[in-house]
Amino acid sequence: MSAITRDEVAHLARLSRLALTGDELDHYATQLDAIIEAVAKVAEVAAEDVPPSSHALPLTNVFRADEVRQSLTPEQALAGAPAVEDDRFRVPRILGEEA
Amino acid sequence: MTMVYDEALDVFEPVLGLETHVELGTASKMFCGCRTTFGAPPNTQVCPTCLALPGALPTANAMAIESTIRIGLALNCSIAEWCRFARKNYFYPDMPKNYQISQYDEPLCFDGYVDVEVDGETVRIEIERVHLEEDTGKSTHVGGATGRIHGADYSIVDYNRAGIPLVEIVTKPIPGTDRLAPEAARAYVTELREIMRSLGVSDVRMEEGSLRCDVNVSLMPRGASEWGTRTETKNVNSLRSVERAVRSEIERQAGVLAGGGKIVQETRHFHEDTGTTTSGRSKEEAQDYRYFPEPDLVPIAPDPAWVSELKATLPELPSVRRKRLQAEWGLSDLDMQAMRNADAIDLVEATVAVGAPPADARKWWMGELARRANETATPLADLPITPDDIARVTKLVTSGALNDKLAREVLEGVLAGEGTPDEVVEKRGLRIVNDEGELSAIIDQVLADNADVADKVRSGKLAAAGALVGGVMRASKGKADAARARQLILEKLGVSE
Repeated sequence: MSAITRDEVAHLARLSRLALTGDELDHYATQLDAIIEAVAKVAEVAAEDVPPSSHALPLTNVFRADEVRQSLTPEQALAGAPAVEDDRFRVPRILGEEA
Repeated sequence: MTMVYDEALDVFEPVLGLETHVELGTASKMFCGCRTTFGAPPNTQVCPTCLALPGALPTANAMAIESTIRIGLALNCSIAEWCRFARKNYFYPDMPKNYQISQYDEPLCFDGYVDVEVDGETVRIEIERVHLEEDTGKSTHVGGATGRIHGADYSIVDYNRAGIPLVEIVTKPIPGTDRLAPEAARAYVTELREIMRSLGVSDVRMEEGSLRCDVNVSLMPRGASEWGTRTETKNVNSLRSVERAVRSEIERQAGVLAGGGKIVQETRHFHEDTGTTTSGRSKEEAQDYRYFPEPDLVPIAPDPAWVSELKATLPELPSVRRKRLQAEWGLSDLDMQAMRNADAIDLVEATVAVGAPPADARKWWMGELARRANETATPLADLPITPDDIARVTKLVTSGALNDKLAREVLEGVLAGEGTPDEVVEKRGLRIVNDEGELSAIIDQVLADNADVADKVRSGKLAAAGALVGGVMRASKGKADAARARQLILEKLGVSE
């Protein structure tokens, strides 16, 4: 049984802005299937008395006080940017493919 | 083709939904210690966490959690005993992480309501949820004709705003407002704004984007039970625009439906200049955001005792306060509504608090100052004059040192930055002439110049005295006390009232 269809991989690729070839779609569909199967096995083991967890540590309410700390300078902040304009990060056209 | 509003409402019933974003006024961001100052130079309030540099981890701002719970309580919500943040994944450069930390199926507050006044009636707006998330960076689109994202060549991004705590307040669908849908939407946002202000959690300045509204509208044929397809109009940034956006979207959708067309579920953009909406991107499905519990942050479990304490210490809410002040000030519903529309209630209250009689405080704020605010398109509270100034001016009038005309000149001086009321009085020499000798001399001159009028008054035509008082006021350049002048004139002419 295939849990992930080729179309679903294509959809995920679009959301992630990944250009995948037809061969790659098939390839990843098979791989993702294997991953989901593996996760399903873990789910089988999960007993009712073990609540689903999103964190490894049983902690709640870890907060910081509302205090200002030193920020980076614009030079530091922009140092790793591929392109800069007017002290801002310059990014390629956003709605390129849809516009 | 759009349909005229009244005709559209003859055929269709609207259902509304409002999503309101409130930027919290915390000193630091939601998940890091960067400042949140509005208008700072680009990328000066950023750090590894809000820039999503490798290895940086978020920690939740306690004050933002507290503010969100207080907002929920003020909106009569239940507070979650346990909830988590969630990652909302999407591919826009306004968040450097490629996801926004938000909340998904476990909002901090849920199932509340707020009562608003629409056309004299109370309408209960039900609140679906209040959740906490982080604001996005600000993109500027370069190239293309309009400065909009469509047709732009590229964009430049300032991340100062990225990570500022943002509370999203979502209503349940609101049917039944009928022809008053635009007014109801506006009344709701107005009420929310006042509630946020009373809680002190945000400066709620729509023009600076610290309060933003997305307006959902759908239409169904009159009498139908199934709601139509809705559209979501984004970032409607003034109270007036909320009203206009609802109206324009009703007219547009009615036109489409009446022409046999279908409404597409989509995001639309509101344009201030035309008052209409245009199509944006088609709305992504919730599953496309691939929400999952945020692994970098642990769950929130507010202590019930703490929540009770926050509830017990909520300030007086605006609707209660308005009723109280209206009774204290002895105002009609209409007068109170006018003050609310002018955003004058806080100012009048503050002026009364420093000693001015309510009627006087209201007279200046709603008269001279509201007019000035209108003329200069400035919010009343932003005029360069304070409640203390107004209280001082009313005191000078009550004590007889100024009359209304001089008081207006004093206000003008204060607004022009000439200093405090007392300094303006001094510099412009505006004090009423209350030196009896000086006043007497002016009156003698006026009587001599207007002997014929003086004779009339002497013979009992008291109505003619007004002209003489007017003469005295002119001769004193408005600085005489008119009542005292009249008294002296009549004395000098040997007649009495």
